[in-house]
Amino acid sequence: MSCDDKVDCGRRRLLVATAAVGGVAGVAVAVPFVASMLPSERAKAAGAPVEVDISKLAPGEMMTVEWRGKPVWVINRTKEQLDSLPKIDGELADPKSEKPMQPDYARNATRSIKPEILVAVGICTHLGCSPSEKFKTGAESGIAADWPGGFFCPCHGSTFDLAGRVYKGKPAPDNLEIPPHMYLGDARIVIGEDKKA
Amino acid sequence: MSKMNAILQGTLNWVDERFPLTKLWKEHLAEYYAPKNFNFWYFFGSLALLVLVLQIVTGILLTMHFKPDASLNASGVPVAFASVEYIMRDVPWGWLIRYLHSTGASAFFFVVYMHMFRGMLYGSYRKPRELIWIFGMIIFLALMAEAFFGYLLPWGQMSFWGAQVIVNLFSTIPLIGPDFSLWLRGDFVVGDATLNRFFSFHVIAVPLVLLGLVAAHIIALHEVGSNNPDGIEIKKKKDGNGIPLDGIPFHPYYTVKDIVGVVVFLMVFSVILFFMPEFGGYFLEYNNFFPADPLVTPLHIAPVWYFTPYYSILRAVTYPLFGIDAKFWGVVAMGASTMILFLLPWLDRSPVKSIRYRGPLYKGFLTAFIVSFLILGYLGMLGPTPVRTVVAQICSVIYFAFFLLMPIYSSLDRCQPEPDRVTSK
Repeated sequence: MSCDDKVDCGRRRLLVATAAVGGVAGVAVAVPFVASMLPSERAKAAGAPVEVDISKLAPGEMMTVEWRGKPVWVINRTKEQLDSLPKIDGELADPKSEKPMQPDYARNATRSIKPEILVAVGICTHLGCSPSEKFKTGAESGIAADWPGGFFCPCHGSTFDLAGRVYKGKPAPDNLEIPPHMYLGDARIVIGEDKKA
Repeated sequence: MSKMNAILQGTLNWVDERFPLTKLWKEHLAEYYAPKNFNFWYFFGSLALLVLVLQIVTGILLTMHFKPDASLNASGVPVAFASVEYIMRDVPWGWLIRYLHSTGASAFFFVVYMHMFRGMLYGSYRKPRELIWIFGMIIFLALMAEAFFGYLLPWGQMSFWGAQVIVNLFSTIPLIGPDFSLWLRGDFVVGDATLNRFFSFHVIAVPLVLLGLVAAHIIALHEVGSNNPDGIEIKKKKDGNGIPLDGIPFHPYYTVKDIVGVVVFLMVFSVILFFMPEFGGYFLEYNNFFPADPLVTPLHIAPVWYFTPYYSILRAVTYPLFGIDAKFWGVVAMGASTMILFLLPWLDRSPVKSIRYRGPLYKGFLTAFIVSFLILGYLGMLGPTPVRTVVAQICSVIYFAFFLLMPIYSSLDRCQPEPDRVTSK
């Protein structure tokens, strides 16, 4: 912007300053508009912990409970199923659970507090579908002849083992999330809360 | 009678002094000169306008009865799902209006895909029509958004899980992704808040944008003039009055021609509407007749047919790259597969515009592109298997090669000379 005798520089400066202040006001007004689309106070308050009774959950069975609108699986794994876990470490993306997809107390070979009971959020880490259980082993599962049992996501074909660990070369990048949970006695689990909290 | 005419003429003059009615009529219809050699492919632009009007009218009527509410009613069915059933069963002619709207959505994509393919066949995106193409591409993106938001509204199983997957696509964006998808959903999972805002996007936000873009598309078209199947500029040869020698007034010539197209289109459309509105599960998917259940993903989940090619490309990426997950690159590839179309006017270096005068290289690449696009579309409807993933990977490579290699093969191609004047084939 050059100031010559055709341009009144005082007025031009006032014009620029007015436009700048007006622009700032416009952006400031956009803040509440954008923020109104964030989760409401009611939505934020809805994430209370849930209690589960697992006394009737037989070995090899699985139950699904709802926590924060998501499916949470509780699986009572059999001895054979637990024995199959270390054998497939080579086929998994994160066999040692190094990524922070679980609380520290579930960062072990079975990804659980009690070895046989797995508590996992049943939401595929790819794009949020809920994988289906494929507990039948071998060719009968329809997945692979040496399938040791686990989960198959129908959306994009990711597969997980019986500890929710993801197989290599699949779209899902991470193991299934293990939610914070704790035991109240032998057969009661609280999901969404642990002792540290 | 002449007195009547005088009154009408007087009224028109009164309006014209205050609003450019006659001027608009002449510029866009009576004195808009379009090439005289338009063929079958040129029906689809006006058909797209027809379907847009159909969707707006049926949409307004559906909005009178639909309730965007995910809470459960007294019988334990989500209110939104129940209100769609109510429209289908209890609202007078509600079934017709709803099927017009759902069949219209698929018809819209069919017509727009044909319209875009016409542009590729005859080089309609080339200079000086780049902006028409870009406005058209933004319309296509807005249309995809409109279809996606609308598909959540019946609150069926496919609605819910489709939205869940697509909203989560955004969460793969590094740094801001998870917060962005939370903001888009308005809750930690797809829920009532999501349904309400998608309703708002679907009935007001996106349609407003669409209408503005359609106006821009047509204004830009009428500024530079229509292309034609020979891909040559009719404005280069004008008569003494400055009218293109190969041009004819849009009205009445093409308005009448387009009515023929409309009649044929409505015949096909009615057969589908009345005899197979679900189109064997391709227009309305079976799983969407079950109310949304956040705890169970249906065993077979696939998007509606018009999204399946891009969905296949998303699934085809299974390798991590530069230390970032395959999931992110899948989303990038899917986004790139639509965004790359924007660059078409600058990727094409051919001396000719129309397929009629292009050489064997371009024809070969275009055929391979169409075949792989159709295969990707087919695979996207099926569940994933290792063999299908490999086929999808090959087709995705062909899809992108068509665009990325275009600057090379389109300039190397042995083209035929273009004619001076348009031809009638």
